[in-house]
Parts: sequence; C-alpha cells; structure tokens
Amino acid sequence: MLITAPNLTRPDETYERLIAIHDGLTEAESHALNARLVLILMNHIGDHQVLDQALRLARDPSRAPD
Amino acid sequence: MTDLVAERYRLAFRLYPYARSPDQDAPAPARHKVIIAGGGPIGLATALDLGRRGVPVVLLDDHEGAGLGSRALCFAKRTLEICDRLGAAGPMLDKGVQWNVGKVFHDDRLLYEFNLLPEGGHAFPAFINLQQPWFEKFLHDAILAAQAEGAPIELRGRNRVDAVTPSADHVTLDIMTPDGPYQLQADWLIACDGARSPLRGMLGLSFDGRVFEDNFLIADVKMKADFPTERWFWFEPHFKSGDSALLHKQPDDIWRIDFQLGWNIDRAKELEPANIRARVDAMLGPDVAYELDWCSIYTFQCRRMDRFRHGRVLFAGDSAHQVSPFGARGANSGIQDVDNLAWKLALVLDGTAPDSLLDSYDAERVHGADENILNSTRATDFITPKTPVSKLFRNAVLTLAEHLPFARTVVNSGRLSLPCTYDGSALNGPDHPDMPPRTRPGSPCPDAPLAGGWLLPHLGRGFTLLSINQTVPDSLSAHGLTVPRLALDATPEIAARYLGNAKGAVYLIRPDQHVAARWDHFDESAIAAALARAIGKV
Ligand SMILES: Cc1cc2nc3c(=O)[nH]c(=O)nc-3n(C[C@H](O)[C@H](O)[C@H](O)COP(=O)(O)OP(=O)(O)OC[C@H]3O[C@@H](n4cnc5c(N)ncnc54)[C@H](O)[C@@H]3O)c2cc1C
Repeated sequence: MLITAPNLTRPDETYERLIAIHDGLTEAESHALNARLVLILMNHIGDHQVLDQALRLARDPSRAPD
Repeated sequence: MTDLVAERYRLAFRLYPYARSPDQDAPAPARHKVIIAGGGPIGLATALDLGRRGVPVVLLDDHEGAGLGSRALCFAKRTLEICDRLGAAGPMLDKGVQWNVGKVFHDDRLLYEFNLLPEGGHAFPAFINLQQPWFEKFLHDAILAAQAEGAPIELRGRNRVDAVTPSADHVTLDIMTPDGPYQLQADWLIACDGARSPLRGMLGLSFDGRVFEDNFLIADVKMKADFPTERWFWFEPHFKSGDSALLHKQPDDIWRIDFQLGWNIDRAKELEPANIRARVDAMLGPDVAYELDWCSIYTFQCRRMDRFRHGRVLFAGDSAHQVSPFGARGANSGIQDVDNLAWKLALVLDGTAPDSLLDSYDAERVHGADENILNSTRATDFITPKTPVSKLFRNAVLTLAEHLPFARTVVNSGRLSLPCTYDGSALNGPDHPDMPPRTRPGSPCPDAPLAGGWLLPHLGRGFTLLSINQTVPDSLSAHGLTVPRLALDATPEIAARYLGNAKGAVYLIRPDQHVAARWDHFDESAIAAALARAIGKV
C-alpha cells in the first residue's frame, strides 16, 4: 500500500536537497537527473503494486489511490 | 514459354523438386485428409509431426526448398525439445553455435557484461544460433527419415495455392504448377504460408497490429577474425552506423549484424555494398577483413489474426501472428503452434476427440501469440523509444546500468523466448497447491536428468501419466485412449521441478508435453475426468 500520509523525517531539508542537487545543470541535464532519480526510487520501493499506485497518483493527484 | 509458377526468391537448399502427381490427371479433384500450404519451418514441422503420428499429409509450396537469406537465427530450448521429439534436433545442436556471454554498449562505452548461466539439468541449451535455411534443411532431413519408416508425408514443390473455397466439411484448393492448374480437396487445410499469407487474403481475413516505423539493415558477413563468440548490442553506437546495432555469431564463420536505420531512408542507397561496408568498417574497426554474405532491409510489425481457426482452415506460424525479431519469437512461437496443433488434429481425425478440441488450439495459441507480441513490443519500444520522454528514461536506465546492477534488469534488447504456459485453458484440470508453480497445469514440462538420459524423450507420443513416490498402475484406459505410466525417482531436479512440498505426485501430461492436471495421489476417476477434459470432451 502506497504511503500518502506525511512520511518525510525532515521535509524542509529534504526538499532543499532536491532543489540544490540540480544547481548548475542545464534543463536537459536536470531532466536526465530526475529520470535517474525516479528509477533509483522505483527500485528502492520495488513492489509493483505500490509503484502502480504512485504512478497513477502522480498522473492525477486529486484521485486517492485504491 | 511463360513460367507459370514464378520464383519469388532464391533457394539455399533445393529440397523437394517439382514432380508431376497423378492427382494432376485425376478426372475429379483428389481428396486428402490434411493439406499444408507453405513449406517454411512451420509447414515442414507440421508435416513431420502429423506424418509421424500416421496422419497422411500433402504439403504444397510454390518453391522447391529453403529460401536463401538472413531470417531466423536464434532457436530456443523449447524449439529444440520439440524438434527432438520430431527426430530433428541432433544435427541442429551439432551445427548451431552456443553462446553465454553478452555485452551491452552505449555510445562508445561498455556498460556491462552478462553471462546467461542457464539452469543446469536440461538436455538442451537455452538456445542456439543457426541460419534458418539449415533449420529447414534439418527438418526436411527428418521428413526423409520419417518417410523411409513409412510416415505418409508428401511434399509437392512448385505447387502454388491460388484459391481456397471452404465448405462445411472440406476445403477446395486451386493449385498452379509448371504443368498448369489442378484442384485438390482436403478435410483440413493448415495455412503455413508466412506473414504475407496469400491464403489469409483469399479468405478475406484481417491481420491487425502495429507497424514499427523503423528500418533494419541485416548484414551477414563472413570473417575469419578471432572474434569472441559473444552477443554484442549497442544503443546509439558511436560509429553512427544506426540507432542501435547488434553483432551475433552464426555457424560457418558468419556473423549477423543488425543496424537500425530509422524511418525515412533511401533503401536502394543503403543497400549499396559500399554504404554497407562503411557501416561495418566503422563497427568492426579498420583492420578486420570480411566478406559481405547477404544483406537485406526489413521493417517490423507486431500483429495477429483475430482467430487462428476458421472452420476447416487452421493458421499456424507467421500467417497467424507476426512479431518483431527482438527476442527471437517468430519461428520459435510457430514451432509451438505445431506442437499444440498436431496431436489435436490427429485425435480429431481418428475420432477420439470432438472437432471442438481444435478450438483450444485457437485459444491456447492466441494466448501464446499475445504473450510474444507483448514481449517483442516492449523490447522494440526500449530499443527505439517513440517519444522524447521515453528516450529520456531509456537513456537514464542505460546510464545507471553502467554502475548499478538493478538497472541492468530493465535494459531490454530482447527477452529470451520462453515457452508459453496455457493458464486458464479449458483443457486444464486440477492443480495441487503444494507443487511448484512452474509445473502448474498448462505449463510445458521442464526437462530433467534421468538415469542414463533425460525426462522429455521418455514422455510418449500420446498422453503420459507421470508418477513420483506413488503407486500407479502400468497404464490407464479411458475415453478411447491408453495412457502409459512413467514412474520417476525423486532426484533433486525432479523433486524441485515436480514435487515441491508434496510427498508424492501424479501428473497427466499431454502429447505436447504440457501438464494437463496433477494430484498428490492416484485417483482413477479423477484422472479419467481430466483426460476427457484435455481432449475437449466436456
Ligand atoms: C530479420 C529476421 C530475423 C528473424 N530472427 C528470428 C529468430 O532469431 N528466431 C525466430 O524464431 N524467428 C526469427 N524470425 C522470424 C522467422 O523467420 C519466421 O517466424 C519464420 O520464417 C516463420 O515461418 P513460417 O513457416 O510460418 O513462414 P515462412 O518461413 O514465411 O514460410 C512460408 C512458406 O509458404 C510459401 N508460400 C507462400 N505463399 C504460398 C502459396 N500461395 N502457395 C504455396 N506456398 C506458398 C513460401 O514460399 C514459404 O516457403 C526472423 C525474421 C526476420 C525477418
């Protein structure tokens, strides 16, 4: 089951890191980094069903995953 | 004199020269039990399987043997197992090339190297590389051997099917030969006439799916160079010889090279030897000496017929379904069609099974075709991303793959062709929860070593009752069939592949070596019921 309740241990710091990691990159490089990041996180999660819920939620955030 | 049966392609092997048949002088169309239209690998294998079951077959092809050129190359383990059942696998294995090491490149970097390390305890390797004309020749050799032992197989070269007229209980064919036209009738017609299937067109049947907007240049080159026997795949190769490239070893010092060229190309220009040489030079390096053996350009598609059975006409092989070659599923899946069809048609013809058994051919092989189309489509989409974002992700996977093993599992330059499990088939009987999933009803039996040999050759031409740690009578008779028992010792492989956590097992195995049903003890009436189900008598 996909966790949608708040789960980040340090939300502000983590978000800051997400933005900072793109410093100095061109837009194309940033897109490539994001793609790599998605793949790395997908592997960490692993479970096909959870990922499927996450993908659908990303496409339409107004719909709670079932 | 005009040539009534024009040659559309050159031959690698002339196998069945035209000879006038008495049928051509018959006052009325001669009637045959089974006619096969098309003598490619699938038609030949169908003739061989039916003939070895004693079913009289006439095969018609508008050529006289195996066509020259670069087509199928990789033949998978299941194909070899089926060919072994048909008495044709030995020479294939002897001539074919085996490989285990693959390398994946992106641009000018080696991303990683893999070793297939196939599972032990199987008679045949995961696959072999063998040129299609040789595969066809070895099937034909097995037909000659079967004929010598009395198998009622007749091959008629330069017999082109020009029209098909279906009736309720037979089909009439108009055939053209070098001596002019004649007609034949058949109780059953099997259309193995390839992806462009003229017979499909004659019957007005559709063939829908996806065309990939890409051209692939296939160059077979002969080189004596001491190249390692490995499969090399490049994404976006630095030598700019295409958007992807593949190098593969074949027998006789021949190497298969594929170059992905893109959609808008000038075919004639790309096929000029100087232009092909420029690409190959860039790939192999300047110092490698080679000769061009055969070159052609293909576009690929994934599509299938809605149904593979149309009354008395059955479609098999490329005429029924076509896939892109990534994952080598074309001929490999066609051979599984043959495996599925031949025993069913033989049982229908001798009256043991109702004609509805052939509907299960349609259901099971449509399922197989969909699985193959899905796999080939996924590989093609990975190799040739269709949108900027899919290319972004594809290249992100490749970047990660250089450093991280997890990303290598996503890299898809074609997945190995594995046989289909007929999950949900109407022919499947009871399963047992303690036994391994890989041998559930519908699965092809995995091979295993037995004292002095292998399991699969011990499975009979008909149904077999396989028993492990259970007392089972020598044979069981029901529904017009006698099913012999094969008692197995629970060796480590047999236990892992067939027993799982069960203490004993009884398997009902179909003539195509797929599991029909399984139990943990012998129950005669349950087995008889499963047998009835497996021959469509329910
Ligand atoms: C580049 C390439 C690479 C491939 N690689 C692989 C691979 O590695 N592994 C794999 O499994 N598959 C591969 N395939 C696919 C494989 O070649 C086909 O799946 C296979 O040839 C299908 O066999 P078939 O007998 O159904 O049809 P075909 O081989 O096309 O045979 C059809 C036959 O019917 C005859 N015929 C046609 N019309 C008539 C008529 N009117 N009357 C009488 N006869 C007729 C033809 O002359 C021909 O002999 C590849 C294909 C290509 C193009």
